[in-house]
Formats: sequence, structure tokens, C-alpha cells
Amino acid sequence: MAVTNKPSSAGWFSNYLARRYTYFTIGFILFSIFVGILESLGVLSTSGIGYLFLFLTLAMYAGIGIMSRTKHLDEYYVAGRNVPAIANGMATGADWMSAASFISMAGTLWLLGYDGLAYIMGWTGGFVLLALLIAPYLRKFGQYTVPDFVGARYEGNTARVVSSIAAIIVSFTYVTAQVTGVGIIMSRLVGVSYPVGVVVGLLGVLVCSFLGGMKAVTWTQVAQYIILIIAYLVPVVMLSYALTGVPIPQLMYGQALQEVQRLETEQLGTSTYLEPFNEGLNNASAVSSARQIGLTPPAAKSTNDWVGTPWNFLALTFCLMVGTAGLPHILIRFYTVPSVKESRKSVGWALFFIFLLYFTAPAYAAFSRWEILKNVAGQPIASLPAWTNNWARTGLLNITDHNRLQDASISELPTWANTQVSNGSLVINDANGDGKIQLGPFVPADASDPSKGGTAGELSGTAVTAVSTDGILQFREISIDGDLVVLATPEIAGLPYTVAALVAAGGLAAALSTADGLLVVIASAIAHDVFFKTLRPNASVQTRVRIGKAMILVAAAAAALAALPRLALISQMVAWAFSLATASFFPIILLGIFWKRANGPGAIAGIIGGMATCIFYMVMNYIDPTFNVLGISHLGAGVFGLIVNFILVIVVSLLTKEPSEEIQRLVESVRRPDKDPTHEELQPAAEPA
Amino acid sequence: MAQSVESMKTTRQAAATKKEFDTVGYWRSNVRLIISLLVIWFAVSYLPVLIVNQLNSINILTGFPLGYYMGSQGSLVVFVALIVYYAWRMQKLDREYGVDEE
Repeated sequence: MAVTNKPSSAGWFSNYLARRYTYFTIGFILFSIFVGILESLGVLSTSGIGYLFLFLTLAMYAGIGIMSRTKHLDEYYVAGRNVPAIANGMATGADWMSAASFISMAGTLWLLGYDGLAYIMGWTGGFVLLALLIAPYLRKFGQYTVPDFVGARYEGNTARVVSSIAAIIVSFTYVTAQVTGVGIIMSRLVGVSYPVGVVVGLLGVLVCSFLGGMKAVTWTQVAQYIILIIAYLVPVVMLSYALTGVPIPQLMYGQALQEVQRLETEQLGTSTYLEPFNEGLNNASAVSSARQIGLTPPAAKSTNDWVGTPWNFLALTFCLMVGTAGLPHILIRFYTVPSVKESRKSVGWALFFIFLLYFTAPAYAAFSRWEILKNVAGQPIASLPAWTNNWARTGLLNITDHNRLQDASISELPTWANTQVSNGSLVINDANGDGKIQLGPFVPADASDPSKGGTAGELSGTAVTAVSTDGILQFREISIDGDLVVLATPEIAGLPYTVAALVAAGGLAAALSTADGLLVVIASAIAHDVFFKTLRPNASVQTRVRIGKAMILVAAAAAALAALPRLALISQMVAWAFSLATASFFPIILLGIFWKRANGPGAIAGIIGGMATCIFYMVMNYIDPTFNVLGISHLGAGVFGLIVNFILVIVVSLLTKEPSEEIQRLVESVRRPDKDPTHEELQPAAEPA
Repeated sequence: MAQSVESMKTTRQAAATKKEFDTVGYWRSNVRLIISLLVIWFAVSYLPVLIVNQLNSINILTGFPLGYYMGSQGSLVVFVALIVYYAWRMQKLDREYGVDEE
């Protein structure tokens, strides 16, 4: 069976797709403009607009999902191997960019400044590794899943099963985080409660994947990419135009960076936004996660020993890059293109489409930081811009000036005030017993040192200072949740609510597309690697397709259940997935292709040793940040696992029998893009007609 | 669908007449190309980070400090260029060694 699986007239097919998706794009843009007009005419309410975008986009995905329905094995697992490079690039882009990339990335950059760039470089640089070291060879190998490759290359079922389990664990935590993201977006878009949002998310994911497997997933992902990139670009282009007069945010945010530096120095005495490596390590996340699950939290610890050194940044960037090239749901995307040549091009297209979003994210962060420094910080609290008050109500923006507590009910204080009460820095004395807080003029406790706190009416304590009661919002008194940056930009730019709904639809597209891709990995790991290849090699094609469909259902339901308690630990586990992939899959796949001597025992030793090292460092540093090497946090633990993995593969392989002749032929075959005429191809048997 | 004995014989005959494929040469050229591109990848990702404070004192374009620019845009552009170059160069190599899939 030929490596190249071209449909009978490839040019016609590509043109057909290009035309269809162009109509789709134009249609979607026209629809959005139409809704915007309806909004300005007062015909639609905000929730009406929200529902409209929600149902329209879900209906489109369902439509594509139904049109892609199939009973063919090749189509269900690898989309028929005829996805053109550009389309696969878009699908990979959507698959890669989850709700976190879409909504949280810009916020992370806002909060961390330069240090956030580890994520920008980390989540793009890995594609170079994919193109050069993995994708073409995986495509030549040409079967269905990553454990397929591991099982074939490393002689048998142990390696296959071990890697299936690893793939399921990594993908399951990832997909749970996506379903959580969908739940949150739903509750923002149409105001439903989080559990309802999760269920709607579950259904959304299923319409994109159940009937057509990888084929449906791929084609819905292309549509989802188009929606998410339009939704991402529109608000920031308009904001750039509003602030600088030029609608090219990626070029103009240099100006924003200059302004941010100037305003920060003016207001804070020093500028921290561009300062690198300025975060210490702490275990606040472990403490709050443990509390949420109901375990005794570890003692709060932090260390600033390595602040100012680049090692943590470098390790994190490295793990994100290498992890990219080891994540199963990205690797399987390269089984779906027609040829080896197309696989290389496809990685290029994928990175280009991802680049469009990633090089825009820092612009979001810079412009909103400029806006906040210019028009919000330093303003009297009574006259803040409208968007600030609106978003303060959602809890994503907190104004911690004590004047906000005037007339606030003592039993319903904002979280930040409660924190101050519980740590003793704020004391409330309800002198007139009305259950509310009344402020008075500020009286310092120690006249010679006004920063030591004092009294202001019914409030007193070390947190009550002249600055905190002056009725002016200092930059330090603003605390934001990262998600605010993308979600509030439409309003900051003065755009109609339609754009905000568009952004939510884009976030939904990002979350659904990633979730689908992960479901296919999980379903195929169980149905193909465990059930078919290991347990029942004689299963019929219909059985295999049926089990695949059943597993998608089961995995989606399990992810929804796991997403309901909304554990903070889940998003932490997604970050860990990259380190785990770095320490487990990447080395054995790389050595499998580039070193013929690597054998089964070596790979198993490597994957287990790598994962164990990685998990050990991760857990130790997560609970106690003083346990570290060069200040590398748990997010960079993959570096150590990778080293151990490589060493074990090399040493154990050399100490044991070299791989069989057949396997060495397999490696040679994988290294050449064409069909080797002197040896049998290891392609799956063609389906009976 | 298993190949018949007849067609297997034909394949092997065709192989015998086809030009001998220089596996070693092809692979070596590929690996050399990969290594040189990875050196660039490594340099543009990690070296600017090590001298970021010095780079940040230089401003480019509309006011980007160079260190920040490399991390947020500069490296990304190089990544895309590396992949595009690799795909193009490998296609030429494939044709040169006669293993082009067409």
C-alpha cells in the first residue's frame, strides 16, 4: 500500500475545501457584523447575542460533524490520510491552542512581564523539533497511534501498553482542563451555571467527534481555527487603533511598552514589567490545592534565592518546547496528511497559524497594561472608567482601596478584605451597630510613621494607611485575574457587546477543538492499542469502529465528571503534562528514529526512569520550594527526567541484545520518504471493499 | 488484501532495475541539515535570554526593547523560517536522491 494516499484528484479536493471554508469565513464575518447592527438598533439583548453566537457556532460544528460521519477505520482514526497540509495546519493550530492560550496567555504575560515569554517561546519553539525530528518519520511509519509506533519499534506489547497508559494519563488531565474551560466560558457567554456549562461543553465536544472520529474532529477544527483567530484579532486591532492610530497591534505595542515603562516609573518609582527573572518560588498553589481537596496543606514556604538568574526560565522554556514534540494529541495530527512531504509542510503551516495568535498575545498584555496605568491608576475611585466598575463586579478585577468598603455590609465583604481581616491587618469596629462599614478621616497610629497603619472610622489596623484610604486608586491597589486581559479588551476599546460575545465564541472554539483532539487520543489508545492490538487482534473492522465510538463517549463523560468539582489542581496538571511528555515520550521516539541500537528494554527503562525522576522532582518542589536545583521549579522538572531517560535508554540498550533485523529494517524504512521496493512495507492491511 | 505471489515477484524485479538508493548519503545529508538548523534554533531561543538585560537597553521598531522583542516575536519568526526552509530543502534532497514520493 503506497505511502502517498492521494484522493483521485487532489487539486480539485483542495480547491473544493478552499472554496467551502472561504464561504464559511465570509459568512461568519457577515453574520457578526449583522448581529452588531442588530445590537446597535436595540433589537437584541446581551444574553440574546450570547445565545445567538453560542448556538450558531455549535450548530456549524454539528453540521460539519454530521457531514463527516463515517464507519471507515482509516477515516475514524486518521481522517482518511488525505488532509491537505494547509488544512492540517489550521486543525493542528486549533488543536494546540486551548482555552488557556486563547483567554489566559495574554493575562499571564500581563502578570509576569518578561517571565511570561517562556510560554510564548515554549509553546512555539517545539514545532521546530516536530518538523525536524519527528513528524516526517511518524508519517512514514503510517499507522494509527503513538503507542503503535512505540510498540512496533520497541518489540511488543509491554512498550505499547506502557505508552498507552502514559498517553491516556496525560491526555485525560488535559481534556478535563479543557472541559473546565468550556464550563467557565459558557457561564460567561450565556450566564448558565458552571455545571450546566460543563454538560453543554460535553455535548459540544461529542457533536464534533462522535459520528466521524478523527475525520470530523479535523474538519471541525479547521472551522474552529477560523473562528478563534478572527475573534482574537478583532478586539486588539481596534484597541491598537484607538490608542496609537495604527491598527497593527503586533507592530505598535512597542510604543505601549515604552509608555508602560514610563508610567510605572512615574507611579511606582521603578518599572517591573520588562524586568526578567523577578519571581521567586513559593508553594501557595500546593497549599490552596491541598485545602480544596481536603488534605492537610503543607507549611507555606517561599524562596527568593535564585531570583535574577535565568535557569528557571530556561528550564521552563525547554520543557514546554520539548513537551510539545512529545504530546500524543499533536503527534497524531501528522498521521492524517497524505505524504511525508506534506507532513513537513503541515508543521510549517501549523506553526504559522499558531504564530498569528502567539505574536499578538503580548500586544494584548501591553495595551491593556498601558490603558490601566494611564486611565485607571491614579484616578479618584468615584470616577473610574465604566469598564472598570463593570469588571469589578465579576470579581476578575479587584480594587483594594479601603474606600470601596464605604457602606459595605460587614457580612458580605469582598475576598481581599476578608483576607486582611483573617490575617489581622484589618480590624472592623461596628461602632453604630448597623452592620455596615462607615469610614472616617484617617488618623495614623504613630504620627511619626504613617505607613504603620491607623484608624479611619470603623476600620483600623496595619492595612489601613493614608494611601489605602485616600479615595484614589493606586496601581498597587488594583489586582486582576489574568483572564481579564482578553475578556475586557472589547469593552476597553469601546466595542459593542457583539465583539465580547465573539471573543467568548472564539474561546469556546479553542477549548472544544483541543478537547476533541485529546478525546481521539484517549479513545484510540483504549480501542486500538489496548483492545485491538493487545487483547483481540482478530477483531473485525466494524467492532473496532464501534469500540472507538464507545470510547469517545466514555472518555467525554469521564472528563465532564472530573471537571465538575473544578479542582485548581487540574490546570496545574496540564502544565505538568509538558514536563511528563518531555521526560517520557520525546526521548524514546527521538532515539527510536535516530539510533538503531535503541531497543525494547532500553525504552521501557527510559520511560519509567524518566517519568519517575520527573514526578519525584515535581512533587518535592511543588510541596517545598526550597527543594530545588538552580532555582528550577516543578514546571521545569522535565529537564531532569529527560536526562535520566536518555541515559537509561543508551545504557540499557547497550547492555542488552540489539534489536532484531526486522526492526532495523523498520527504522531504515521510516527514514526514507518513499516506498522501499526491496522490503515489505509495514502498513496496516487495507480494509475489505 | 495480501499481495499475490505474482505481484510480489514483479515488485522485486522492479527494485532490481531501479537505481540503487544511497541510504547512507541521504541520511547523512539529512542529519547534517537537522543539526545546523537545531543550532540556530537553540541560539535564537536560549542565548538572548542569557544576555537579556544588555539587549533590553537597545530599542527597535516602535519601541521594543530588544531582549523582550526576541522572546516575544524575534524567535518566533525564526522558528517559522526554520521549518519552511527545512521543508523546502528536504524536498530538493528527496529529488536529488530519487526518493521523492511523486
